[in-house]
Amino acid sequence: MAARIARLFVAFALLGIGATVEAQQANPVDTEKELEKYRAMINDPMSNPGYLNVDRGEILWSTQRGAKNVSLETCDLGMGPGQLDGAYARLPRYFADADKVMDLEQRLFWCMQKIQELDTADIVRRRFGAPGRTSDMEDLVAFIANKSSGMKYEAPLAHAKEKEAYAIGEALFYRRSDIMDFSCATCHAEDNRRIRLQGLPNLVKAGKNAQETMGSWPTYRVSQSQTRTMQHRLWDCYRQMRAPEPVYLSDGLTALTLFLVKQGEGGEINVPSIKR
Amino acid sequence: MKTILSVLALSLGLSGAALAQDQKPKVDAAKLEAITKAMWPKTPQGWEKRISFDETQKLCSQYRNDLPNDLFEKVRARELSTVKFPADGNVIGNWQAGKRIANDGRGGTFTDQPMTNGANCYACHQMDLAELSYGTLGPSLHLYGKNRGFRPEEAKATYAKIYNSMSVMPCSMMPRFGYHGFLTEQQMKDVTALLFDPESPVNK
Repeated sequence: MAARIARLFVAFALLGIGATVEAQQANPVDTEKELEKYRAMINDPMSNPGYLNVDRGEILWSTQRGAKNVSLETCDLGMGPGQLDGAYARLPRYFADADKVMDLEQRLFWCMQKIQELDTADIVRRRFGAPGRTSDMEDLVAFIANKSSGMKYEAPLAHAKEKEAYAIGEALFYRRSDIMDFSCATCHAEDNRRIRLQGLPNLVKAGKNAQETMGSWPTYRVSQSQTRTMQHRLWDCYRQMRAPEPVYLSDGLTALTLFLVKQGEGGEINVPSIKR
Repeated sequence: MKTILSVLALSLGLSGAALAQDQKPKVDAAKLEAITKAMWPKTPQGWEKRISFDETQKLCSQYRNDLPNDLFEKVRARELSTVKFPADGNVIGNWQAGKRIANDGRGGTFTDQPMTNGANCYACHQMDLAELSYGTLGPSLHLYGKNRGFRPEEAKATYAKIYNSMSVMPCSMMPRFGYHGFLTEQQMKDVTALLFDPESPVNK
């Protein structure tokens, strides 16, 4: 732990260098190259603060909590009770006991309610970490997703409800609404586009962009000093689209995630990653 | 033999069509709306007028922005009928104010306090060459007014496009700023001035 904290100081020093490089380079192409170098430097697991979430998540997974005072270790994330290796690479997926397609956060929430009888109102209140407030979900997701690092996303859509969720996710991706008339496709349907200087992945075609995008969530957000999950990513997309706040763990977000995972199928997972 | 072949061809054709349909996503519209209703079960206070899923948005979603010709004209006519020009007919405001508005990306999100919204033109467009931080979702607008000879009718058409982009191009990616009331009349005039004033850096 002490060694990890020492390494984190190194990471923060590097983050400072990254910011300076960004400010000095006016040319967007050079900036992108420098940012790539900076990302590579801090991609070391021992320098990425997201691994603090992984550590906390590991403890939370085996902590006895809730009215039943049991841990989450019997929770089935799709690979069998307590089986974590590769589970994230196959989510979202259909769960017969709940009779629905669930992403990792929905499934953890379900296990907290059914297995632990935990106070989930508190879990929802702390769904997104902030200074002085850790998020159990962000910690657990970081820990569990990390158990799929080095593996590849698979979305076989074997169950009828998985096919249905995928189709709903795709339709949501193209659904234009609200005060700006935006859909996901407004920004993510073409190659090499950007908002201001921020590059935008093309997510309407399966392949490299989608693989790299999906393979790097959850991520440690340097600008927010928090590890963020796909639920938060989509929440922030809708925020920037000027839509109202989407309900955390709603089925639409899971459908969108399944669509995106399918687009990124075959992409190698390397998480928690680190982003701006 | 000929009969057998044509029966074979017919069955192949049928199975081919069935496969193509299988690969297309099939979503029940009612199911999709139930899903979105669960994502946004209640309208936040103060958002009553700004949340929309109107007929045009519905068609653009359904056809993924590529409308058949008859619908294209129908939507264009409908959107055109929503455009309101300034009462005095003057669409040119103050380009200096327009410059600030074009560069302002704040306002309108669920984490923003109520404020005057920025137009955030630079999120998608290049304009003044001095502003290096511009997006590429839309075309460059550098020399926009100059290239149009600073003609008053072009300025008027531009105001209409900012007011409702779909009155020109149905299912355009660009927000309908006036239609949704996201920008005020004065803001749209100022942004039009940024594009059409000969003194504006956009035309230098």
